[in-house]
Amino acid sequence: MGAATPVVELKQITKVFPGIIANDSISFKLHKGEIHALLGENGAGKSTLMNIVFGLYQPEEGSIEVNGEPVIIDSPNRAIELGIGMVHQHFKLVQPFTVTENIILGSEPKKGTRINYKKATEEIRQLSEQYGLQVNPNAKIHDISVGMQQRVEILKTLYRGAEILIFDEPTAVLTPQEISELMEIMKRLVAEGKSIILITHKLKEIMQIADNVTIIRRGKVVDTVKKSETTPQELAEKMVGRNVTFKVDKKPAEPGSVVLEMANIVSNNKEGTAVLQGLNLQVRAGEILGIAGVDGNGQSELIEALTGLRHVDGGTVKLLGQDITNMSPRKITESGVSHIPEDRHKHGLVLDFSVSENMVLETYYKPPFNKGGFLNFDAIDKHATRLVERFDVRTPSIATHARSLSGGNQQKAIIAREIDKNPTLMIAAQPTRGLDVGAIEFVQQQLIAQRDQGKAVLLISFELDEIINVSDRIAVIYEGQIVGEVLPEKTNDQELGLMMAGSTAKRGAAHE
Amino acid sequence: MNNILKAITKDSFVLPIVAIIMGLILGAIVMLIGGYNPIDAYSALLTRVYGDPYDFGEAIREMTPLIMTGMAFAFAARAGLFNIGGEGQFLIGMTAATVVAVQLHGLPAYIHAPLAIIAGAIFGGLWAAIAGFLKAVRGVNEVISCIMLNWIGLYLANFVINHFMLLQGQNRSEDIQPSASIAIMWLSEMMGNARVHWGTAIALAAAVFFYVFMWKTKQGYELRAVGFNQDASKYAGMNVNRNIVKAMFISGMFAGLAGSFEVLGVFQYQSVMASSPGTGFDGIAVALIGLNNPFGIILGSILFGTLTYGSAGMSFSADVPPEIVRIVIGAIIFFIAAQGIVRWVLKPFYAKRKKEKVL
Repeated sequence: MGAATPVVELKQITKVFPGIIANDSISFKLHKGEIHALLGENGAGKSTLMNIVFGLYQPEEGSIEVNGEPVIIDSPNRAIELGIGMVHQHFKLVQPFTVTENIILGSEPKKGTRINYKKATEEIRQLSEQYGLQVNPNAKIHDISVGMQQRVEILKTLYRGAEILIFDEPTAVLTPQEISELMEIMKRLVAEGKSIILITHKLKEIMQIADNVTIIRRGKVVDTVKKSETTPQELAEKMVGRNVTFKVDKKPAEPGSVVLEMANIVSNNKEGTAVLQGLNLQVRAGEILGIAGVDGNGQSELIEALTGLRHVDGGTVKLLGQDITNMSPRKITESGVSHIPEDRHKHGLVLDFSVSENMVLETYYKPPFNKGGFLNFDAIDKHATRLVERFDVRTPSIATHARSLSGGNQQKAIIAREIDKNPTLMIAAQPTRGLDVGAIEFVQQQLIAQRDQGKAVLLISFELDEIINVSDRIAVIYEGQIVGEVLPEKTNDQELGLMMAGSTAKRGAAHE
Repeated sequence: MNNILKAITKDSFVLPIVAIIMGLILGAIVMLIGGYNPIDAYSALLTRVYGDPYDFGEAIREMTPLIMTGMAFAFAARAGLFNIGGEGQFLIGMTAATVVAVQLHGLPAYIHAPLAIIAGAIFGGLWAAIAGFLKAVRGVNEVISCIMLNWIGLYLANFVINHFMLLQGQNRSEDIQPSASIAIMWLSEMMGNARVHWGTAIALAAAVFFYVFMWKTKQGYELRAVGFNQDASKYAGMNVNRNIVKAMFISGMFAGLAGSFEVLGVFQYQSVMASSPGTGFDGIAVALIGLNNPFGIILGSILFGTLTYGSAGMSFSADVPPEIVRIVIGAIIFFIAAQGIVRWVLKPFYAKRKKEKVL
């Protein structure tokens, strides 16, 4: 199919934002039936480019051709007319509506003046079957899993007749199982003649599924290569512009005394069902304990129970032998717990606060930041400047709102704040979610540095690679219990995957 | 100098100014359609307010409670709460001040007046804290409870006046003790007996308090954090519920002060009211114009007070119905709320500057 005209061709696209060239004369071709990955670090210009294709931005220079015809895409509606659909990273769905209602929103089939739901439902059912999506058109969005919600987004584009699908970081929110299902769906889509642009910074996915890869760095195309002719190593180097080591470099752990001990922890949700059912775990000084598990098996609840954000209905949490069960978050923080939260926007930062205000989020009430009830801005700014420099947080200034920072730098700011508190226990929940290779490397090194200083580190992650590479010991969580423990050097994806799925053999072995 | 220039060319400053101008223009268009001369009307409005000392003093009297109720709304808004109950807090504060001012005898002025003011502030604050408490403990939406408390406040105020302090044969309370009055007699005489009072000075001081508390203290930091992001505040170990009650209490104090000024400074008695006076609601409009910033609110009150007080002059000398002013105010609020329209109007002027600014 190589000789045919590309379905989408971008020619010399340049997009300038004030002070920055987001896209610098980028050319890009997408052929029919291919999966073309767009690889680049956060802020490299991938999303800008795709927003141009989807009609959200206008380029300053350059032209776009669809099926060989020059076009001007001045709105998403125009993009949809041209058969371009986008599956956004953050889903744009109305929670209390059904799948059908969400999909037809904006292009409702009418019967007289009324919406023809029957016809819509039928069409959606057919599409869903054709592509193996297994979506129930009558389910409410808030009742279905994140993976299903993403399929609804895919259906939305298909329903509008998309031939070209843009996936923006589609796997960022998915569990390993859902990721492999999504891969199948994407293969099926191209088999049915669709073409896909996959925006990602995950090399593993590219190696699994893409046909061609275009690498973007700082707004410029570095190279376009065939997947079959490259290696992850080469891709990573092209993406960040320097050597990258995938193997996390670390000395063997030297575990000391027990720092954190959780015994028989039980916690119920509002409906009264136990989300933590007698959970036991220990973390020692100088080791990283990784918690592996499928999302929704009690990881978030475990952290909440540990940090005082959730009521513990049974069992004890001990830090250095001292009982901290059901203490207030502040007391727990003060007793030496740092916490890099799972959701940096929800818990980690006040986005409308400046960087310096965010740096004292947990310590603002203590001297030197608090002087007789008044904030000491000199001290606060000095503190922030120091952390920004030490942890290389890239921000225009410390007075910049946290909202304006890129995801990686927001995360660096949180990590800087939490490490600087000099904790005895560091909890890191999905610390590298949504970060690019360079930032991931930085975060993982910081965690290991903490360990080497004799801190206890509790790492929770859905990325199995991360768990295996960074942890000294791995505990598997399933349905609110730790169901097994393995050593990273003596396990692999398959074994862990089975345990995470609650395989009974392992459960039996780990029952007490 | 550079800083000042930066401050007044900032979005947050330019947008409301342009919105105000657009509101005035829209009002002018409405007047033209109605066959009135807008230039005459606006100049009559301004002459009325700034023409002679008496009217000027009375206009200030009009503005003062708006500063307070505006800040009441803004303070809660900064903590993420929608305090629509300024009206009830205003009335309860007023009634508390009246009770102290009428019922206590023989106190020296330097004790009596402050005591009455403090009573007004505390009761206004407590009235708002009820809504805050219900939200913190039971999760009751503060908008609903505030609206109910507005009505309860109105009838409670009337009940207290009717049963304990009614002036025989009149629909109002007895006069307050002279020792509780905060009218500034000498200034009042200079301004043709305009009802000027110390409340205005207190209001200006309260604006400074608002600013310092909100942006310079540890407590203010907590309130703002809770206002922006409750989850992150909990994570950081703040007591979100306590902050909600605290924010409502302080917010209600501002409204309660407004009420006490009206009795102690302006009327010297409290009427039995058939309906709410509306000062609390006007404060919401003022806070919107002032973008929830205490100094913006002072400017907003000047604008709002000028327009309302001047509207009488407009109908008197230019024969334009005073209701037109309500259209102007409504339009200003509309343009401030719908900033997109203002930005669109400003686009040609802005295009160049924006480019330099964003990064």
